[in-house]
Amino acid sequence: MSTKLVFPLKDRKILRSLKPGDLVSIYGRVLAARDATHRRLLQMLEHNEPLPVSLRNQCIYYVGPTPAPPGRVIGSAGPTTAYRMDAYTPRLLELGLAATMGKGPRGPEVKEAIMKYGAVYLATFGGAGAYLSERIQAARVIAFPELGPEALFELEVEDFPAVVINPPSGGDYYEEVRKRAGRNL
Amino acid sequence: MREIESQKIKEAVARGAIEACRDLPPEVERALKEALSKEDLPLARRALEILLENVKTARKVGLPLCQDTGIPVVFVRIGEDVQVKNLYEAIEEGLYLGFKEGYLRASVCEVLSRRNTGTNTPGVIHCEIVPGEELEIFLLPKGCGSENMSRLAMLPPSAGLEGIKNFVIETVSRAGANPCPPVVVGVGIGGNFETAALLSKKALLRPLAKPHPEKEVADLEEELLLKINQLGIGPLGLGGQTTALAVHIETHPSHIASLPVAVNIQCHAHRIKRIVL
Repeated sequence: MSTKLVFPLKDRKILRSLKPGDLVSIYGRVLAARDATHRRLLQMLEHNEPLPVSLRNQCIYYVGPTPAPPGRVIGSAGPTTAYRMDAYTPRLLELGLAATMGKGPRGPEVKEAIMKYGAVYLATFGGAGAYLSERIQAARVIAFPELGPEALFELEVEDFPAVVINPPSGGDYYEEVRKRAGRNL
Repeated sequence: MREIESQKIKEAVARGAIEACRDLPPEVERALKEALSKEDLPLARRALEILLENVKTARKVGLPLCQDTGIPVVFVRIGEDVQVKNLYEAIEEGLYLGFKEGYLRASVCEVLSRRNTGTNTPGVIHCEIVPGEELEIFLLPKGCGSENMSRLAMLPPSAGLEGIKNFVIETVSRAGANPCPPVVVGVGIGGNFETAALLSKKALLRPLAKPHPEKEVADLEEELLLKINQLGIGPLGLGGQTTALAVHIETHPSHIASLPVAVNIQCHAHRIKRIVL
């Protein structure tokens, strides 16, 4: 059984029921951004410039897709490693971002901000770019087209699978895995 | 002297670069299936099922297996009796052509400005001269989720075999979920600083899970694989018994004062294409 999450979220309350290791299924519209995009967004904030899109209750998916071949809306589109975005994430969560999605663990500052702002970090399936591409119905560039695969995209997704790593109530699924393994050694 | 036209090299590299990104070597797909048969944990099973489904989808629709189509790593073995002109240029042009025609991602940037080169080149090309009149090219599109988790240590010789084992296991453990396990672990032991790193990458060229010809090294590979799989990191770090599909070790004699060890981590999408001209 997986929990259905529709982004942008209408109500963040739904996140409170999530536990580490839960499967979720994502619908609606998510933003796609990675390293260079995050750098740009933070620069804009520093200069008090308005962001190209509101982050309130949104989900940012860390992905730099391959170009869409003719007849497809997007190319291969699996997650990239999340810790590289750690330096930027707390500020974006403060602005109302509800979820981030990538792969691999987050640093302590991000985990703290997730709890503080009632957000969630999800991991989707790394290296399954072709499979995940089939769950994306539409893609459009909304800012920074000059960054190529690192542009800011909006993706329409349906039944997009992910695993809850850090829910708003705290806890970390990757750490649970380590602890469980430690007991078995 | 056998001459190989650079046009032929360019075309073969272009084709190979695309094929490498869209399909896994059969032994890697087989290893993922075997891993699935061993896992009980629902999330580990789900992860492996999705990865296997991904291989089918990539094949069916002609998409890259992973959006990180990598920085192109190219190993070339040039027969002594082969004559080629403009080898590096032919390879780079082939890589560019493959990137364009295969809808691969532009994943290469200038390192300081971080400006994307827009061509997915230059690649990283290693050449060596071998006997014979063949040109053998290995294309290894290397994603950096895994590459970033690689490490090198200049151990004191007193660290011995235990020191080597600890460093390898610690590297895989620290990497955790980041490099998209189950990983392939390339280990280079000996030589000097740069040789160890190069050997750890070259170790990945060996067909998956084919043991090293020397028993002493093969035994070490087996022991390390067993210990790594006891870490419990599991497929995509979601827990389980398969953290690595294989450990490949290559060695080289070293200075009496030195014990270099390099660990090159490769993701489960162990994409590799061998071309012989």
